[in-house]
Amino acid sequence: MQQSTGETRKQNEKRRQYQQMAMKMRPKPPVLINSFKAFVVGGLISVLGQAIQNIYIRFFDFSKEHAGNPTVATLIFISVLLTGLGVYDKIGQFAGAGSAVPVTGFANSIASAAIEHRSEGLVLGVGGNMFKLAGSVIVFGVVAAFIIALIKTLIKMV
Amino acid sequence: MGSYWAAFLIGGLISLIGQLLLDLTKMTPAHVMSTLVVSGAILGGIGLYEPLIKFAGAGATVPITSFGNAIVHGALSEAERHGLIGIITGIFEVTSAGISAAIIFGFFAAVIFKPKG
Repeated sequence: MQQSTGETRKQNEKRRQYQQMAMKMRPKPPVLINSFKAFVVGGLISVLGQAIQNIYIRFFDFSKEHAGNPTVATLIFISVLLTGLGVYDKIGQFAGAGSAVPVTGFANSIASAAIEHRSEGLVLGVGGNMFKLAGSVIVFGVVAAFIIALIKTLIKMV
Repeated sequence: MGSYWAAFLIGGLISLIGQLLLDLTKMTPAHVMSTLVVSGAILGGIGLYEPLIKFAGAGATVPITSFGNAIVHGALSEAERHGLIGIITGIFEVTSAGISAAIIFGFFAAVIFKPKG
């Protein structure tokens, strides 16, 4: 008995040392290259958004203020299509936050969760899991906005 | 018409901030996105996000930070018209296009496409 706990302790010690070593050996993320990729891809998606917005303003007579909605909807449509074709995930592997931070990344997280859980059925799978990743963005956005709007409105009322 | 360079610069910089948070902190992607949305809401609340949109156009409206700003704006403009209840009714006023489009297209994508890999 005594011996066996000694043995386990030794094993645990060994495992701990191994984990420590593995942590040290694990490659650090190449921060500079990742940042550069994210910057370029995030910038390019924004340029695409600007181009779509300019098209809506010029050819469909949207005002500058109202061109935002169709632009976002179009970007989301493109993103969901690319997600379904498996292309957006490839872009994501390259770009990291560059493709996750734009609204297309938000749409990608919704579409990929929906597609992934399709086999569990439309209600429990698609409906139940769609916001698995995007949910936290909506929840924190809404709660933060509520608090901020409440404070501003109350200040104005006083 | 917004300038393409300004859109590239600001859209790129916001993405770069997201990447730095991913690489240099222990935050998960969900934490980073939530942080960006809350930052956008705060910037919107203190009136700094509108000037950014004026300068960068889609460079400021395409990143997820714009979602936070848009929620605050919807809530505030409804509150001005209808009082406190407007905060609740206005929250999704501006962001409805984004959320609805994502739900609708996402649903049909799940019906049409098969999972890859």
